[in-house]
Amino acid sequence: MRRRFPQIVCGLFGFTLFAVYFSGHPIAGAINETVLRGYWQIIFAFALLVGVVSFARFNLGAIARGSDRPYRIASLVGLFSMPFLALVWGIKGDSPFIWVFDYVQVPMQSTVFALLAFFVASASLRGFRARSVPATVLLVSALLTLISRSDLGDVLFAEFSDVAEWVRDAPSMAARRAILIGIGLGSLTTSLRVLLGLERTWLGSDS
Amino acid sequence: MREIAGLKAVEEAVGRATEMARPVLYTPGWGGDIQRPTTIASLNILSHIAEKTAQYDCRLVFPTHDPVIMAVAQEVVRESYARAGQGDRFSEDDICYVSSSQFGYAAAVEGMITRLKPASIFLLGTFEAESLILAEVGNTVGAIQIAGTDSTIQLAFFIVACDYTLIGEEVFAASGYLSQDASILASVRAQDVLKILIAIFLVGAILWATIDPTSGWWRF
Repeated sequence: MRRRFPQIVCGLFGFTLFAVYFSGHPIAGAINETVLRGYWQIIFAFALLVGVVSFARFNLGAIARGSDRPYRIASLVGLFSMPFLALVWGIKGDSPFIWVFDYVQVPMQSTVFALLAFFVASASLRGFRARSVPATVLLVSALLTLISRSDLGDVLFAEFSDVAEWVRDAPSMAARRAILIGIGLGSLTTSLRVLLGLERTWLGSDS
Repeated sequence: MREIAGLKAVEEAVGRATEMARPVLYTPGWGGDIQRPTTIASLNILSHIAEKTAQYDCRLVFPTHDPVIMAVAQEVVRESYARAGQGDRFSEDDICYVSSSQFGYAAAVEGMITRLKPASIFLLGTFEAESLILAEVGNTVGAIQIAGTDSTIQLAFFIVACDYTLIGEEVFAASGYLSQDASILASVRAQDVLKILIAIFLVGAILWATIDPTSGWWRF
């Protein structure tokens, strides 16, 4: 029963929302809005609490065991300082919360994002080694795209941009669309399997 | 069902981690939530991998950006450990929520990979810009990496940086492939039939548009 009941709820809500989604009736729209936005936010708020408790417990446990202490302490300071700043001084434009957000959190996120530039370079170096026919095709396509994006392309050959655009719009887009059709059908069958109760892994254990 | 190299390598990846006495790291990416079919498909694969790690007595670490996914994954892994007869070895702390922020999540998982040095990394789910950061850091620690996603833009990064990549629909077919469950395999078969029908329709539509029989050019 512990598995059967959630399965019934899932199937019921899934098929109802599926029908409601394609209906133009205002009541159907309201149901869709309530369930997808309202219910989901409530569920997420409670789950976030579970996540924060788990995060705090995990880090406190690690500190007690003495593993990666500096990182764990930094994580916990970050976790508790932001709500503390928000509760004490509010979240208005000139509050410490916004200052920390603008001058600590945003720069740190940008730093991690900036690492991507170096990782793209190192991954490209490995990927563009022409060891096989597909790797050579990848190398040639990448070079075409790279050169076409710079001024050098049109200096070398007037139709360079057109050739690169054709590579992007024809073979590359055709492959992408083929993958997208597969993904669409895969999503559909996976959803149906869940709604019909054929796929029950997400339900976890009986006990 | 045809052989999927990435899934065939699961046993090898878990075995390698066991031999090296290092953990297996599995993460479903930042791009999806529990409502997304890709996340469900990823959790199905997680179930099989967790069973293997339980059998081999290998540690499985699962960091995620979403507390709902964390709660579901804890149940999935607990069930897998129980199925393998190793229920007492399951550690809830290894299935953890790290951050909802994209680069906070990327930094946390990157840090875990650098410190734990997992022998095998599974990047299966919906990924966005963090995909290459994780795959490249995994590469630097010498982990065998099996990736799969429904994000077509990130697929290119995974193909370049990982050892095996499940492309799009293979992520969804993985559940049937690993479990060999007849009903799931039947749905994969239905998926293939639908794909053939779509291909026939597309070819027919292209021919129709090219020939354009309604224009009447063929009358003379």
